[in-house]
Formats: sequence, structure tokens, C-alpha cells
Amino acid sequence: MIRIEKLHKSYPIGKDSLHVLKGIDLHIKEGEFVSIMGSSGSGKSTLLNIVGLLDVHDEGNYYLNGQLIKDLNEKKAAILRNKFLGFVFQSFNLISYKTALENVALPLYYKGMNRKERLKVALEYLDQVGLKDWANHLPNELSGGQKQRVAIARALVTKPKVVLADEPTGALDSTTTDSVMDLLKDINDQGMTVFVITHEEEVAEQTKRIVRLKDGVITSDELTKAAKAV
Amino acid sequence: MKFLFDSDTWQEIYGSIRKNKIRTVITIIGVLWGIFLLVVLLGAARGMDNGFKKIFGDFATNSVFVWTQRTDIPFKGFQKGRRFRLNMNDIDALKSEYSDKIKFLASRNQTNNLLVHDFKSGSFQVSGDYPVLDKIQKKNLIYGRFINENDINSLAKVTVISEDIYKQLFDKDEMPIGQYIKINNINYKVVGVYGPSKGIDLDGDTVYIPFSTFRKVYNTANKVDWMVITANPKIDIVQMESDIKLTLKSLHKVHPEDKRAFGSFNLGTQIDKFTGFLTGMQFLTWFVGIATLIAGVFAIGNILLITVKERTKEIGIRRALGATPKSIRQQIILESVFLTTVAGMLGIVFGGFVLYIIDTTIGQGEDAALVNPTVNIPIIFIAFVTLIVLGTLIGLIPAHMATIVKPIEALREE
Ligand SMILES: Nc1ncnc2c1ncn2[C@@H]1O[C@H](COP(=O)(O)OP(=O)(O)O)[C@@H](O)[C@H]1O
Ligand SMILES: [Mg+2]
Repeated sequence: MIRIEKLHKSYPIGKDSLHVLKGIDLHIKEGEFVSIMGSSGSGKSTLLNIVGLLDVHDEGNYYLNGQLIKDLNEKKAAILRNKFLGFVFQSFNLISYKTALENVALPLYYKGMNRKERLKVALEYLDQVGLKDWANHLPNELSGGQKQRVAIARALVTKPKVVLADEPTGALDSTTTDSVMDLLKDINDQGMTVFVITHEEEVAEQTKRIVRLKDGVITSDELTKAAKAV
Repeated sequence: MKFLFDSDTWQEIYGSIRKNKIRTVITIIGVLWGIFLLVVLLGAARGMDNGFKKIFGDFATNSVFVWTQRTDIPFKGFQKGRRFRLNMNDIDALKSEYSDKIKFLASRNQTNNLLVHDFKSGSFQVSGDYPVLDKIQKKNLIYGRFINENDINSLAKVTVISEDIYKQLFDKDEMPIGQYIKINNINYKVVGVYGPSKGIDLDGDTVYIPFSTFRKVYNTANKVDWMVITANPKIDIVQMESDIKLTLKSLHKVHPEDKRAFGSFNLGTQIDKFTGFLTGMQFLTWFVGIATLIAGVFAIGNILLITVKERTKEIGIRRALGATPKSIRQQIILESVFLTTVAGMLGIVFGGFVLYIIDTTIGQGEDAALVNPTVNIPIIFIAFVTLIVLGTLIGLIPAHMATIVKPIEALREE
């Protein structure tokens, strides 16, 4: 599903440049549940953004669903994102003046689905994350955990191949963290590839494979107990 | 273009406009004010123009008056300071020489006399005139008729008097038509009474009698006091004034350079001055209105730019969810156009309303300053199209800004 070879990424800082990713090799197959761990500033988000086509790499190769990602223009990137990828962010990133239902339906709008059908599909997904009764509430009327579940429903609504989550539990307490992780597990059980960034050991443990990143290189890459148990 | 008719597009715009209420109101006020000013000022200028036209009212405006004075330059054996008079031959000569340019020519003789009816009397101007005078300045007849060709040919002793003279010489409710008044001890039959004319009044309170009658009674022979000439439409009245004077100078053996021999007054020149002023006014109006409008549209652009910055995050989210740069651009431009258009419409409606108020309050009556202050539909249409174009153009900038920010930068968590 995702194949990364000798990937490098630097950010220019004034005249210098900051070398963030220093040759990453990573292969994630369809249906995997992978977490990336590492201290703050180790380049986790950078990696995820490149995988998510929100950013471009400098060197190396990146294949998404077998397709070499190279010289993408914004339009193509947008279409690929809409087709293959679902995003979940630490700070939820819901649009504040849209209801939960409208937020979930938004990716379908960009897919070109008509409003009626869109809202119907969105409601099914809200139901799946247990928030059907909250469909017409604005984000500021929801708790953090609820917001993140809305965000997850939004990431899923286009039936992406990969769900990318950058510290999805970073802003949540432990009980809501568990409910969000359970949700991600369910999704993975349904066969979707899930790629999570976290720096919480307990969260990582609930995934099936942990990749550890330090100073822009992968230091370890092993299956978790959860994976071995299956 | 399909996106324009997509209810989802408008749903999105409605959402974002409702979200940014203050922005929406401010931008709308900016453009509204511009177009409002344009409509009201143009309407006021039009009202002034109409009011001005009303001043001249029934008077044929491309007219020139000519009379004689004393010569200023010795010529052909004549001394300087010679007095002379216009005569009937001059009239015939002018009529034939300028037959294609002159619309009306009225020669006139005037004097002051005592008028008597029963036991009432008063001194008024008596004027010998041709029926054509009624064409140069339409007489506002209350009773009867003006002098006609028959009167001229038969040297009839008939007269047309003003309403004020009628009131002074007749009892209240006394029917004047058919009655006789004495002018200089000669009886004349009253055939018409005229009221104040609309606009400029040539003579004031005057009793009109046929030119031929005047000539016989006052023994003026061939002499003519002065004349009024109305030119055909499109004839340059100023040019005609000097041409006619030149012709008259040669007829009367006056030096061509003599500036004093003939006196003349040309209404066209006065009107041109005022029309020039009005044109200036309208130009100023356009200038002020359009400048305000542009300022308003720029304000919209500016505020959109600010909101685009405020909305960077939202735009980033949308792009992460699959919005193409094009769809983002379209939405922002459409917001801009929508805001300008709505503001423009409101401005036109309010402007129209204010003009309506002006019209009903100070735009009516005899001496209204502004008469029928209106603005042409085509002008409104042009202003409206301009607004849409400007709205689109100005929306391009924030739309561009919205798409050059990379989604990653928009989404970065601080
Ligand atoms: N757009 C950017 N420009 C410059 N430096 C950046 C940018 N994005 C991230 N960085 C830097 O790159 C390093 C890695 O960032 P990031 O991938 O966000 O780390 P993590 O998510 O692991 O905390 C950090 O030092 C960060 O300051
Ligand atoms: Mg990070």
C-alpha cells in the first residue's frame, strides 16, 4: 500500500537547511495497523505529511497504492487525497460553523456527490462512530472525544485505503483515548490500513506494528503483542 | 460555469458568509455606499438638468435678439456715432439669405401707452407682433387666441392682453373676450388673455396688437425696433449671430469691424455656459461615485484577504479533504462577486428610494430645485456589470492567496 525508499526531507531555515528525514525505508501493506513513535521533533509529522501528500519529499521514492508519487501538482494531489487517504488530526480540525453531519459530508462534496446522498452517507458514518444523535450539533457543542470521533467519521466517509492519524489521542484523556483507539481498531478490522503517530506507549501498544523514529532515521520496526496474539 | 448553478456551491457560500457576519456587513456597506452615491448624485445632476430646462420652459432656446445702437467707426463718408434703425427690407433680406437656417423670425415694434376700459386704466407696454412670436415663446393662453394672419392682413384692431392687465382693467368674473379697451384712445377688441408663461418671460405684462396695425396706427412706416430669430435645430447660434450682424452691417453701410452698431443677445451662449457646468457636475459625479465604488470594492478585496488569512486553517482542512485549488478559488471569487452584487443591489435600491423621497418632497412644484431626479436603467446596468467585474477581479487576489499557502503550512499545529 505504502512503499518508501531512501526518503530524505529537509526544511530550509534561512540560508541553512534542517535535515529532518535522513533515508527512511518503510513498507506498509494493505490492512496493516502501524504506529510511529518518537520524541518530539524526530520527524514523525513530516513523514506522515509526505505520506499524506500534504508535503513533498526531496529524495528517494514513494509509491502510494503502487503509483510513484513524483511531481504532483496541487490538483492531482487533491484528487489522490480525496480518493485514497483519510486524515485525523490531533486538534480535530473540524470546520467550526458546520454541524457534525456537514463536517463528515464535506469530503463527499469535493468528490462531487449530491447533497442528499452525501448527508445520507455521512449519517451512516456518524452512526458508526456512535454519534448519530449529535449530527446537527456544532463542533463547540461536542466533547474532545466526540469531536475526534466526528473527525474519524469524516476520514472514513470517502472509504479511503489508508487512514492517517497524527497524534489522534494527543488532546484526549485516557478513557476517550481508549474509545478512539477502539474505533481505529474496528476500522482496521474491517480491512483498512491505519497509520498512527503517537508518543504514548499505551496507544502504540494497541496497534499491530510499531516503527520508532529518532533523529530522522528508523531505529526499530517490530510487531506488537497484539499482532502476535492474532 | 456549472458550479454556479450548483446549490452546494451556494450552500458553502451561505455558510461562510453567515460565519463572518461582521465582515459581510462591513464589505456590503462599503460598496453599498459607493453605488448609493453614484445613483443619488447622478439622479440629482439629472434633476438639476431638468430644473434648468424648466427655467427656459416654452422659450425656443437657440434664439438671438438683434437691435440697433450707434456706430462706433466712421465708414463710407458717415460720421462715427450715427443713429440708424432696422427696417422691413432687412427682415426680407435676412429671410431670403438665411432661408435654410432660420426657423422663425419675428420683427417687433414696441411703445408704452395708456390703456382704458370703462373707468379703469393703466400704462403698459404695447407691442406690434406677428403670429410667429407665439412659436418662439409659446403663449399660455387662458382665454381666446393669439394674433393670427388674418389680423395682420386686415390690419384688425384686436389685442391680446396679459392676465394681470385683465385683472387691472376688468371687473372680477367679467368675460374679457369680445370687449373693447382703449389703447392711446383707439378701441381694440380683446381676442385673447394669456397667463404667466413657463420659464423665461420675454416681455412681461404686454398688450399685443398685430404688427401691421401697429405700423399704421403709430406710423412707423418701414421701421423695426428689434427682432428675434430662432435658428433651426443643430445650427450654431453663435456663428449665426455674427453672420447676421455682418449682413446687416453691409445693408446699413456700417464698418464690418464696428462692435457697437448692432446690439444682440444670444440665449444659446448662456445655455451653453450652464450646460457646461452641468456636464462638469455629471463628470464630477461619475468621478466621485466611481472612486467610492472602487474604494468599496477594494475594501471587499482587503477584507476577503484578511478573512482568507483567518481562514487559512479552514482552507487547509478543506484541501486535506480533497478540495482542489480551483474549487477554493472559485468559492472565494464567488463570495466576492456575491457580496459586491448584493451590496450593489442594495445601494441601487436605497439610492432609488432616496431619489424618490427627493422627488416627492422638493422635486415638485413651480420652483423645484430638482425636477424628476432619475437615473437611466442602462447606467445602472453598466454600474452593475462593472461591480461584478470588479468583484471578480478583486476576488482574484485573496483567491490566489488562499491557494498559494500549502495545506501543510495551513494545518501546522503550533
Ligand atoms: N515547515 C517547516 N519548516 C521548517 N522546519 C520545520 C517545518 N516543519 C517541521 N519543521 C521542523 O522539522 C522537525 C521535525 O518536525 P515534525 O516532523 O513536526 O516532528 P514531530 O512531529 O516528530 O514532532 C522539527 O524540528 C520542526 O521544527
Ligand atoms: Mg508532530
